[in-house]
Amino acid sequence: MTAQAIIQSLASGLLMGLLYGLIAVGLALIFGLMDVVNFAHGEFLMIAMYVSFFLFAFFAIDPLLSAPLVAAALFVFGAVVYLLIVRFAMRAKANAGMVQIFSTFGLAIVMRGLAQFFFTPDYRSIPQSWLGGKTISFAGVFLPEPQLIGALVSILAFAGLYFFIHRTDFGRALEATREDPGAVALVGIDKNRVFALGWGLGAALVGLAGAIMASFFYIYPDVGASFALIAYVTVALGGFGSVFGAFAGGIIVGLVEATTALVLPPSLKSVGIYAVYLLVVFIRPRGLFGQM
Amino acid sequence: MDKNFAARRRRDLVIAAVLAALAALAPLFVKDVYVQNILILTLMYAALSQSWNILSGYCGQISLGHALYFGIGAYTTELLFTKFGVLPWFGMLGGGVIAALIAMGLGYPFFRLRGHYFVIATIVIAEIGLLLFQNWEWAGAAMGITIPVRGDSWLKFQFMRSKLPYFYFALVLCCLAWFVTWWLEDSKWGFWWRAVKDNPEAAESLGVVVFNSKMGAAAVSAFLVAIGGAFYAQFLAYIDPESVMGFQFSLLMALPAVLGGIGTLWGPVLGAAILIPMTELTRSYIGGSGRGVDLIVYGTLIVLISLALPQGLVSLFSRAKSKGATR
Repeated sequence: MTAQAIIQSLASGLLMGLLYGLIAVGLALIFGLMDVVNFAHGEFLMIAMYVSFFLFAFFAIDPLLSAPLVAAALFVFGAVVYLLIVRFAMRAKANAGMVQIFSTFGLAIVMRGLAQFFFTPDYRSIPQSWLGGKTISFAGVFLPEPQLIGALVSILAFAGLYFFIHRTDFGRALEATREDPGAVALVGIDKNRVFALGWGLGAALVGLAGAIMASFFYIYPDVGASFALIAYVTVALGGFGSVFGAFAGGIIVGLVEATTALVLPPSLKSVGIYAVYLLVVFIRPRGLFGQM
Repeated sequence: MDKNFAARRRRDLVIAAVLAALAALAPLFVKDVYVQNILILTLMYAALSQSWNILSGYCGQISLGHALYFGIGAYTTELLFTKFGVLPWFGMLGGGVIAALIAMGLGYPFFRLRGHYFVIATIVIAEIGLLLFQNWEWAGAAMGITIPVRGDSWLKFQFMRSKLPYFYFALVLCCLAWFVTWWLEDSKWGFWWRAVKDNPEAAESLGVVVFNSKMGAAAVSAFLVAIGGAFYAQFLAYIDPESVMGFQFSLLMALPAVLGGIGTLWGPVLGAAILIPMTELTRSYIGGSGRGVDLIVYGTLIVLISLALPQGLVSLFSRAKSKGATR
């Protein structure tokens, strides 16, 4: 194995890792805000990929251009899911954790069923986009353009999110609600509205990731399932609720996956991620950057 | 209060005996193989869910990785049977013991994790197991193992001509899982588990050895689930990693308990009796189109029941009864 090959695979691992971070950050954000894990997160990604696909198929809008539209659509979707389902799940007096897990899990199954019903189980892909299939080479290292742009979008999204949380009124309301949902009501912040906007924002972020992935990944009703577990691992690795943790967790997952693929058969590449995840939580049960 | 508890337990035992007797007579009226198949699966999932409920319901450690133990039961039995000619009955017990040991080995690091971290760790470990079996050449890798036909006999636990023996075994397994739960409910363990579930710190301070009691729950739960896996493998006569260790089994073990009432004696049975026939019927009548209508119906039901009845369907019975009592 040459040094070239190692650098090549680490570079692609890094790009994929940044994208994993973007997929996962919505999950981390929602958890941090209200201690709820969305078990339909993978299906949010799936819907985003279909939205991107249909915008391309019907209106010939390139995935790169449609990304903001997809994010906006997912924002609305996330807020609606909160208002219709999660809001009620949070009222459960008994078995609260169970109710959250299974109400969002049920939603995931419904979304998969609806996708099969309306879009059929066929695999779809966006045949020609501006970036699809193109690569750039830096000093002999080849990087696929869609992943490269995806990584850049991810970095920008994280920077934007940081600014948003720390510098805007809504971001401060988000932080305040997360610290004490009861007390914010006293200063006139509507808790439900903040939660709905939080769900919208979380969904919009995964929407952005889905739009980018649509240009280089097959789109089918079960596609979310394959990324959902990676997203949970990313978030748990970084520490539930920590936005920066999701970013770091994503990079670690991407690099570990690429390294595992160098040593083990490709079909075992996820084993490396899972093993590292288990190792980290055994040493630090709260994840790398999770708060107590 | 104490007298009520003892009376309730005696009543539960009588109800269970009557239900089991009625179930045992069912084949007299049900001749249709398709319906028999549904009954067998319902009994099996009731048993699995009852076992899952011991760790996740009573002890409160929600596992979504029990497919691992199910698969270990199936694989131990079939590897011993096809490679070494060991009778499935020994494989079944061996699988149960291995699964219980693995559950305790995993429990050692896992039980330090709380809440969602624990749930995700259980999903991840089952996924690792699945990937390893998919790549394990000797165990048939992704192609799996076809169980050779050695004739109809209880000794070999194989029946080609009739499904009835499988039905009776599933019934026995279901009764066993129920009885173990019933027995544990009133044991020291049962009280410890409920204390651990409600408040581990308080339980610890009152002298409950929290860690050991979680280990006990994990071992019993994994053992029974592995027996179910061994049964399922013999019943299907063919196994591959996805069809005995896939995530859907973890889910199908949890759902009956959740719908029926998690951490209750009757929840898993009630949940399985409703959920499994419904799943099978929707799959064969509206799922055949491949259009996912069965998933839509199924998922909607899960959302509605978990939101409307967080304590499961059994809470309807107790609510009706307490209303009657106040009048």
